[in-house]
Amino acid sequence: MLTKVHMEALSPTMEEGQVVKWLKGEGEPVSEGDILAEIETDKAVMELVARGTGLLKVVLLAEGGTAPVGEVIAVIAEANDDVSAFQAGKQAGRSDITQTMEAAASGPTETLETMDAEAADQTIDDPGTDRGTASEGERVKASPLARKLAAKSGLELRGISGTGPAGRIVKKDIERALSSTQRVASGAITGQEFSAEEYEDIPLTQMRKTIARRLSESIGPVPHFFLTISVDMSKWGEARSKINKMIEPEGVKISYNDIIIKATAAALKLHPECNAHWMQDSIRRFKGVHIGVATAVEDGLITPVIRNAQSMSLREIHDEVRSLADKAKAKTLKHEEYTGGTFSISNLGMFGIKEFTAVINPPESAILAVGAIESNQLMLTMSCDHRVIDGAVGARFLQTLKEMLEEPATSFI
Amino acid sequence: MAEITYRDALNQALAEEMERDDSVFLLGEEVAEYDGAYKVSKGLLERFGDKRVVDTPISELGFTGLGVGAAMVGLRPVVEFMTFNFSLLALDQVINSAAKMGSMSGGQVTAPMVLRGPSGAALQLGAQHSQACEAWYLHTPGLKVVTPGTPADAKGLLKTAIRDNDPVVVMESELLYNFKGEVPEGEEFLIPLGVADLKREGGDVSIITHGQMIHVAIKAAKELEKKGIEADVLDLRSLRPLDVEAILESVSKTNRAVCLEEGWSYGGVGSQVTSVLMEEAFDDLDAPVLRVTQADVPMPYNKKLEAWSKPSVGRLVEACEKVCYV
Repeated sequence: MLTKVHMEALSPTMEEGQVVKWLKGEGEPVSEGDILAEIETDKAVMELVARGTGLLKVVLLAEGGTAPVGEVIAVIAEANDDVSAFQAGKQAGRSDITQTMEAAASGPTETLETMDAEAADQTIDDPGTDRGTASEGERVKASPLARKLAAKSGLELRGISGTGPAGRIVKKDIERALSSTQRVASGAITGQEFSAEEYEDIPLTQMRKTIARRLSESIGPVPHFFLTISVDMSKWGEARSKINKMIEPEGVKISYNDIIIKATAAALKLHPECNAHWMQDSIRRFKGVHIGVATAVEDGLITPVIRNAQSMSLREIHDEVRSLADKAKAKTLKHEEYTGGTFSISNLGMFGIKEFTAVINPPESAILAVGAIESNQLMLTMSCDHRVIDGAVGARFLQTLKEMLEEPATSFI
Repeated sequence: MAEITYRDALNQALAEEMERDDSVFLLGEEVAEYDGAYKVSKGLLERFGDKRVVDTPISELGFTGLGVGAAMVGLRPVVEFMTFNFSLLALDQVINSAAKMGSMSGGQVTAPMVLRGPSGAALQLGAQHSQACEAWYLHTPGLKVVTPGTPADAKGLLKTAIRDNDPVVVMESELLYNFKGEVPEGEEFLIPLGVADLKREGGDVSIITHGQMIHVAIKAAKELEKKGIEADVLDLRSLRPLDVEAILESVSKTNRAVCLEEGWSYGGVGSQVTSVLMEEAFDDLDAPVLRVTQADVPMPYNKKLEAWSKPSVGRLVEACEKVCYV
């Protein structure tokens, strides 16, 4: 029995994935449920599980390689199954793999095999060559439509990367090339003004792509406004020292960030209108306060969520933040651990940033930007989605938050 | 509009045209006393008498020749083949006589006649009785070929075929005789030959098909819709003359085409459509035109093999995804 291993959608927004590591080598036996590979999605590194039992006979996508969701990246088969067709697919373009799959998956009788060969004949044959741009002297493969579009817009086909079978340049490749040309043309600085030694091009990681997409989705359609308030943290400063002294033997230290999460959750409980999602055709207010804590990781940021923060003790909040931050750094956060936030906090105080504004993480409707505490003064800036929160509503929430941060006992209502 | 079966739509077309024009008459095996093998001619003997509804011996070449002769001297015969599988016996009369008469006589003698009956596979009737015969006739200049896939098209096309001054082959489908659909009333409900019909509108891929395969195409289009691909389903209705304009209009919008037919791929309807696209829509194509057809084997009797060798929704969906590069 042949089982095709597909690039699976390991996060709800994943469109393509990168093989970080194969945990099974070619030829190794695998059982259904075994972890085959680690896949970097747009959010985290996830495990790809075997859907069949046999030998991992063919690995089509090498470590570091990227494939769109749904593409066949390996084959699990019995020892005596003929997988030569797939082996050929290794060097071939995407459609050839699928095509040879069909031929190889034909039934046991001679008649069926003949028919399958015929069925394959009814589809196109593509010579198996690498995808990518055509090199000098080689014929550029492009669909007639792509050629017409390129000619119309004065675009050179050579140099455009084809995504069709056998690297064929198709309509969407031209459209992509055109939109990037327009971007360069409209930008103030073009790449040509610098020599290669003057800069380094950093390839985009899956996470960077997602951040870009998500944030431009946000700042574009979300009408932001900003409210800034100054808070006197002197009383919490004293309280924090006392608390930390009490738990010192355990080696735990409550941070100002933990305190701000605690107070924010309590304040949101009193102002549920700020604990809401914009749903396009309605506003969804939440009973629980689920606070996303923006966390910097090596190549980006992620926002793990402290669930039901309104009913957690300071210590519980501290432990949860620590545990999620560790997972974030190790890229092992589960999907439910970084989604479903109702309000976010971004803290750049540790970098000495006095105050700043943060970008809302939709569909949440607010984010609190936390600056550094200098002489007990803390600057908080809340970004609000005006579709959900009006100026006065946001201001009242910040007033409550200020009181709670200035009078520690009030955070415990 | 009344909802009636494909069978009744054909019956209405015959009755209305026989009523309208005395020169129209029906002949074939069991069309009179038995009301036709598939009951398409039900009640016609009683209504029009045995001079106009004529039972023939089991001799396709003979009664088709009789039809050609009658057409040459001014009548408008409708020749029923019990199935088009049996029409192969009469090919000489159709191709060498009916199709060529007008051209060979410089227009002095024509053969205005209809050759009709079910074509294509039903279920487990074996290799000799499960053939889609379009390609046999399509090849020949002088013949017109139509393949109605709905009751309304069956009525409108058969009426137009009877009134046409050339021999017209009307290919029905055994599996569609009980299929119901809305059919416009009125004697003048006619569908011109050579005009395709967009049965479903989408923008991503053109499924070009005809006859009973339009129903496979519509099912596949619904599957594709779930995957975010919107398909045009273009029902050619008439294979000769072919509505080239409609084909080009659809493909210039979608840039991709999949031809679906019940018959074999080799020299089939899809071959013709593909060559039209190569000749006239080359610069509009973003992917090679694919075909989904019956497997290139005589139809197996074995139920599973039969189902396998017929074009299916799954295979069509796959081909559409392939031309859309997904």
